Amino acid sequence: MIINRSNIVAALRRARGLIGLFLGAIFLAACAVHPKPSLYEQLGGREGVALIVDHLIERIGADDKIFHFYAETKISRFREHLQGQLCAVSDGPCHYAGDSMEQVHAGMMIQEADFNHLVELLIGAMEDAGTPVPAQNRLLARLAPMRGQILHR
Amino acid sequence: MRFPTMREGRGIVLRFMFFMLISGATLLNSAAYGASGKILATPGVFQVEGAAGGGLVPWAQLAGYASDEEFALNGFCSRAQVDDYRLDVCGAQANFYDRVEISLARQNFSVAALDAEIEQDIVGFKTRLYGDIIYTSWPQLSLGVQHKKLADPAIAYLLGAEQDSGTDIYLAVSKLHLGAAAGYNFFWNVAARSTDANQLGILGFGGPRDNRTLNIELSSAIFLNPHWALGFEYRQKPDNLVVREDDWRDLFVAWFPNKSVSLTAAWLDLGDVAGQSDQRGWYFSLGGYW
Repeated sequence: MIINRSNIVAALRRARGLIGLFLGAIFLAACAVHPKPSLYEQLGGREGVALIVDHLIERIGADDKIFHFYAETKISRFREHLQGQLCAVSDGPCHYAGDSMEQVHAGMMIQEADFNHLVELLIGAMEDAGTPVPAQNRLLARLAPMRGQILHR
Repeated sequence: MRFPTMREGRGIVLRFMFFMLISGATLLNSAAYGASGKILATPGVFQVEGAAGGGLVPWAQLAGYASDEEFALNGFCSRAQVDDYRLDVCGAQANFYDRVEISLARQNFSVAALDAEIEQDIVGFKTRLYGDIIYTSWPQLSLGVQHKKLADPAIAYLLGAEQDSGTDIYLAVSKLHLGAAAGYNFFWNVAARSTDANQLGILGFGGPRDNRTLNIELSSAIFLNPHWALGFEYRQKPDNLVVREDDWRDLFVAWFPNKSVSLTAAWLDLGDVAGQSDQRGWYFSLGGYW
């Protein structure tokens, strides 16, 4: 055998048509035209974001897996900062005024599974709030890059 | 009344074990133990050779919901029914700390017209080399090996196969793009497999026309919501024997009601298989996750 250049070329040649289609699909997906309303509007604006945050607080409060991370959190402050952050990250008319993600999560030693669990509580909260699936996904896409600033601090 | 043969006996025991495994997983849904550190549906489903993947193609994700601190165990059974053949597969998968996946699968291939059955066992190993399908900007990358041993090589030899066992090596790359397709989550996977297996190995390994070849395998899916995925797969196939072997493709829908179970249905187009042309049909797969 084994893996040499002519094998690879032969395999690629045989799959040429499909690979082209496949790359085309990825390209289209990556470049899909965003609709006009801002993500903040898609989330339901000020009321929509507030509703999501309230449902998330409810879900965290009832959660036995990650509630301990919030045991000493002041709820009113958390609510205000998270609303501001979701508003800012979704192009709403806000500036996030809280501490950096690194500062907020310092000493918590949040693990991959904890992070994913919070993501799922947030998905649940958005479901509760009636947020449309595309808006849910777009918000998650904007929050996902913060993972590195949150894990293992 | 007659006693089951040794082989039938093994089959019954295996089926019973998997039934227990899967019904257990369903009952113990959201139990305190068991892995749940990944996001729903992100481990994918159960590949026909036992790996975590789509139905036909192994994916870069490792089996089950284990995060970097967890262990996961899964069991599944699948059935593919096309015009002249049926393939039943049951298997088990283990995931160690989202770094190493080990899988076992037993395939039973039935040829109704000949009243013949061909059995094959597959041991799989996969390791995650880099990344996470969601969170890293580059895709997740894994390297896998599948060692296959044919229990009934008579038909394979008759068709010109050279071996009754073989080993596939593959590299798989995959990525989930959040909200990328008009707001819906878009998943893709590309695998490159070096193999000498004829029709997964069910028709043996190697042959008069070719031996080892490199083949490209593609999967793609759109998530309608966290629970439902629609997708397609394409698997390039070797063509070593005198009887023609075609590339495979499928359209699938997968349902993830929770982190304990998934159900997949697919429409298959397998082309020519062992001298029978245009083999098309259905595929169903049920799996349980711990």
